[in-house]
Amino acid sequence: MLAFLLRRLLTLLLTAWLATVAVFAVLEAVPGDPALLMLGVNAQPDTLAALRAQMGLDRPMAERYLRWTAGLLRGDLGVSLTYARPVAGLVAERLVVTLPLALLSLAMSTLAAIPLGLLAAARRGRGGDWAVMGFAQLGVAMPSFWIAILLILLFSVTLGWFPAGGFPGWEAGVGPALKALLLPAVALAVPEAAILARVTRTAVLDTLGEDHIRTARAKGVGRAAVLLRHALPNALIPVATVLGLQLSFLVAGAVVVENVFTLPGLGRLLYQAIGQRDLIVVQGVVVVLAVFVVVVNALVDIACAMVDPRPRAS
Amino acid sequence: MRRLPLSLWLGLTLVALLLAVALLSLVWTPFPADKIRVVARLRPPGAEHWLGTDHFGRDVLSMIMVGARNSLSIGAMAVGLGLVFGVPLGLAAAALGRWGDEILARLGDLVFAFPAVLSAILLTAVLGAGAVNVVLALGLFNAAVLARVTRGAAQAVWRREFVRAALALGREPLSVTLVHVLPNVAGIVTVQATVLFAVAIVNEAALSYLGLGIQPPSPSWGKMLGDAQTHLFTAPLQAVFPGLAIALSVLGLTLLGDGLRDWLDPRHRTSGIL
Repeated sequence: MLAFLLRRLLTLLLTAWLATVAVFAVLEAVPGDPALLMLGVNAQPDTLAALRAQMGLDRPMAERYLRWTAGLLRGDLGVSLTYARPVAGLVAERLVVTLPLALLSLAMSTLAAIPLGLLAAARRGRGGDWAVMGFAQLGVAMPSFWIAILLILLFSVTLGWFPAGGFPGWEAGVGPALKALLLPAVALAVPEAAILARVTRTAVLDTLGEDHIRTARAKGVGRAAVLLRHALPNALIPVATVLGLQLSFLVAGAVVVENVFTLPGLGRLLYQAIGQRDLIVVQGVVVVLAVFVVVVNALVDIACAMVDPRPRAS
Repeated sequence: MRRLPLSLWLGLTLVALLLAVALLSLVWTPFPADKIRVVARLRPPGAEHWLGTDHFGRDVLSMIMVGARNSLSIGAMAVGLGLVFGVPLGLAAAALGRWGDEILARLGDLVFAFPAVLSAILLTAVLGAGAVNVVLALGLFNAAVLARVTRGAAQAVWRREFVRAALALGREPLSVTLVHVLPNVAGIVTVQATVLFAVAIVNEAALSYLGLGIQPPSPSWGKMLGDAQTHLFTAPLQAVFPGLAIALSVLGLTLLGDGLRDWLDPRHRTSGIL
């Protein structure tokens, strides 16, 4: 187990480092002068010179990269041109919206998908299976931002039960804040739940074919108990793996859905930074999101390996 | 002759319909898709405009038809790029063994750290919004996925006896790859490419919704949804039709992928019902 942990940690560090190189390299590929791109052609020469100095454009590329990564390790993502504030502070402020949104949708999708997948497996080839797989097929086909618009249309415009957008802040109370996050979380959760329900169903069916299940049935264990106590725990390993992989799609979905609901999260910050040509914010947010995905995937791998020794051996 | 799975039939029908609409838009649309008629703005569906008009008075059906062409073109180019770079990379990694494998695995990890939409946003931040940058970003993601899938499938083929026999007879690894390995991985690559096509359509729509994908006046389903959102109170149906077009296209392509997989390898039957 220790060897596996060390190997996984090494892979995590390598991938995170490669991610910083990739983000840095893409922004280095800006055609022409990045400072000019950010400030526009009408910028004053001294303002341009100041920004060039702040971005280190007068220094060699390797030095710039080393300074930037050293800053990252200290939690320094640079200073935003638009907000004139450290990017790390902006990211921290926006995380209080994005993180609860992601966790809420993750909880919703998991809580819906596992019982649905289990139901489909238990009723294989019958009405319940058809209904769940039909939902899964449709859920995968509907983009989260369209679901978001349909939810606004139904629950905000027609019924008036939920706000169509915006976020009152946690200081307004947990209730109003959660109410503002509920529809976006549902929009993100539906496609995730659809994929997870399919995976749960397949994993449970695979497990049901194994010897220990037959033995349990032969010993007189009831069908429901076999499903819940024997098949489900084993099926959760592939489900957890897919959950980890789905996280990157959740991050991407959140970027778009936050904009549908004008939620002041990381996705909205990123989108606005592009409009404002604030490359320092873009660079900071993208690297934070990429490292987040890499770290969570590694944690899922480690958690799965602790439960199931087979991946460790390979 | 093995019976075609129902999902394959349904998928083929939906994709054929999508293709037919896209091709028809080349020669005919009810109205020019970019024709602005302010007097006819936000009309509900009716006899003249079957799906109504948008906030500029443009015919929604015509825009959806041309949008189908745009979505299909971007999806095809993104998948094409993925195939051109991903498949040879995957084949090479499988043929080279451990080192090729390790390098590809790390590159794959790196690309998966950036969801396709995020890489596209990063690229458009640097190079500007537009269809070309969307294709580049989605193509890069597809290349990583296809390289990984090809490598896995090719490794299994390399272990089979007929490949070992070919090597024992003195065939070069390149020739073995082209003559024996490639035809045997083509099926699984086709299935994956179909699914990636669907993913590319959704991602293009999301980026166009944000204004980073296809640029006006060229219609895009995602952009149409973005515009419709600002008129939800007055013209709610405008937020339904482009979304339906996206969902039906993705449904068709995923059903096609599922059906192809079941047809090519019945042991891999996933749904059991479709």
